[in-house]
Amino acid sequence: MFKDSIGKRSNKVKNIVERGAVKKFAEAIGDTHPLYLDEETGKHSRYKQNIAPPTFPRVFDYGIIEGLNLPNKGLIHGEQIYHYERPLLVGEEIYCYAEVKDYYEKAGKNGSMGFLVLENNGEDINGKAIFTSTSIVIITEAVRKVLTV
Amino acid sequence: MTKLSELEIGESLKDVQLEAVSRLDLIKYAGASGDYNPIHTIDEEASKAGLPGIIAHGMWTMGNLAKLFTAHYEEGFIKDYSIRFKGMVFVDDVITLQATLNEKTQNQLSFDVKAVNQAGSEVIKGKVLYHQY
Repeated sequence: MFKDSIGKRSNKVKNIVERGAVKKFAEAIGDTHPLYLDEETGKHSRYKQNIAPPTFPRVFDYGIIEGLNLPNKGLIHGEQIYHYERPLLVGEEIYCYAEVKDYYEKAGKNGSMGFLVLENNGEDINGKAIFTSTSIVIITEAVRKVLTV
Repeated sequence: MTKLSELEIGESLKDVQLEAVSRLDLIKYAGASGDYNPIHTIDEEASKAGLPGIIAHGMWTMGNLAKLFTAHYEEGFIKDYSIRFKGMVFVDDVITLQATLNEKTQNQLSFDVKAVNQAGSEVIKGKVLYHQY
């Protein structure tokens, strides 16, 4: 059933790299560098602004992919891949959307394992890519069975 | 602080050992990231999922690991950061963050990065491609 979702994407959602959210996130990962948090340091940096940590895109809203119903439990995060064209600047608007890139199954110890490749994208207002964040999510046979009932 | 560009292949950044993982760390990350999957915060939900206890969000560990590079954002930035989640991180685990330079081209430095627990097992492992300005 996930195969049918390959190629589907969500509509773009406008997000803002909020100063407060960056602070909370930086604190949660124990990375409270002044380049993330201190306005003066940001201003005097090569970015002329504070930036966000590389795993910050976890907090953005990427919209909803129609027809893709993922359970909120039982998923296993197998891999995560970030690609950046440049760091994210605090205060900027990012247009985000998600796309199902692939789905495949492999035989495993406990039945067949499903691998869903989800790509989250962030662009500037002109549609220029800033980052992609790709997750490979493992969906076990047991979880898939519950979904089809 | 050493500049990354001065590192030789095979050399490592200084390891960082984190404080023992606490439940509060994971509650904070849940709130900051919006990932409220209860296996990371609520004991009963973790045991219902067949786990011996709550486990850290893989993304919490991945977020922590990236801080080895934070002080180097003036001379470059993380262009690619890929991680494979290999083992679970439990409350009270002591995680150490490591990065070793394994390849150098004109303006790109490729690091092998990983986080290991107190038993020396890899919990996450991957690569950072650092682009120099």
